[in-house]
Amino acid sequence: MKIAIPVDQTTKNSNVCISFGRAPYFMFFNTETKETTFIENEAADSQGGAGIKAAQTLVDAGTEVLLTPRCGENAAIVLQKAKIKMYKTLPGSVEDNLVAYKNGKLEILEEIHPGFHGQHEGPK
Amino acid sequence: MKIAVLSGKGGTGKTLVSVNLAAASDQAVYVDCDVEEPNGHLFFKPQNLETEMVTIPTPQVDESLCNGCRQCVDFCKFNALAYIGNSLVIFEDICHSCGGCVTICPQKALSEKKKEIGEVKKGTSDGVMVLSGMMNIGEASGIPIIKKLLETKGLDDSLAVIDCPPGSACTVMESIKDADYCILVAEPSIFGAHNLSLVVELVRLFNKPHGVILNKCLDGKNPSEEYCKENGLHIIGSLSYDKELGTMNAIGLVAARESQRYRDVFTGLLKAVVEEVGYEATSNT
Repeated sequence: MKIAIPVDQTTKNSNVCISFGRAPYFMFFNTETKETTFIENEAADSQGGAGIKAAQTLVDAGTEVLLTPRCGENAAIVLQKAKIKMYKTLPGSVEDNLVAYKNGKLEILEEIHPGFHGQHEGPK
Repeated sequence: MKIAVLSGKGGTGKTLVSVNLAAASDQAVYVDCDVEEPNGHLFFKPQNLETEMVTIPTPQVDESLCNGCRQCVDFCKFNALAYIGNSLVIFEDICHSCGGCVTICPQKALSEKKKEIGEVKKGTSDGVMVLSGMMNIGEASGIPIIKKLLETKGLDDSLAVIDCPPGSACTVMESIKDADYCILVAEPSIFGAHNLSLVVELVRLFNKPHGVILNKCLDGKNPSEEYCKENGLHIIGSLSYDKELGTMNAIGLVAARESQRYRDVFTGLLKAVVEEVGYEATSNT
């Protein structure tokens, strides 16, 4: 199973990025092979609809679970259509959150924010 | 003749000036381009209203023709399309109506449909034709409504007073694009002077002849007036901070129709502006 996480840097010690659509990178963790990969988020500097494009990237990569601190409504539509499960991350590193997920400590992300449409910087 | 009335900030008196200049003329068209919060109609209370819907094109997909090539998804710079689980998802609110996806689709699976974003109302109030644009709540841009307003027939043949949205963004640019003259309304405050400087920059960029009306003038320092003098801006006239005017305005009365004093004031301002436009026209030919 493939787990995706928005990250600030391309290391497992990285913090989880506070933004989904405009995160600089996504980390994928394959639970079967224990393999970790990183990809650049091409949606990060989009003029608009960054969440949609980022979500499309995750869908195309075969993601089944997304660990993220937040998610906008448009991204959520894409992710839900692809049946990707979303869990809300806790403060801490990516590694910490993967452990927390494995131990069933992360809650399902239910709060979907209306998005930061038109604000290219994303959340502060 | 088209006269645009604008200001860097809201609440300086754009609508007060626009409504009264139109009312001071025997025959005029008042155009409310402040489509997010139009309020000129509250003063004119226009009769014989005609309403026309304003739409923008957005894509729709014929699923039986779509083969999932995703060229539209890749093409859209605004990411208004996604392809999930063998079906195309269209985000209308993100779409900028460029029509690119429809053009590019090799399967001809995409076509345009009309999405309503607001309306244009046309009516009359004594000698004034009143045009108001109203944008639906939640829409991203009022530009198509402003375009529609300014395309109205007869606008070129008479005196048209264009009441612009506040600020200096795209909607204001669209509103002043074809104006022969721009009136900048300013308040006597530091904030007012700063925002005046923003619209001055805008009208200079558009090469529009312009002048300033100082509103809400009190005794003492007027930062907007100082700004005008420092920057060689022509002051068309000033309106004092007056209880009588404020009261009429607050209850939706047109001062130029209610009071001879204010009829004279606005007739005078209109005459000064018309002379300015005439002067500009001769000096440019």
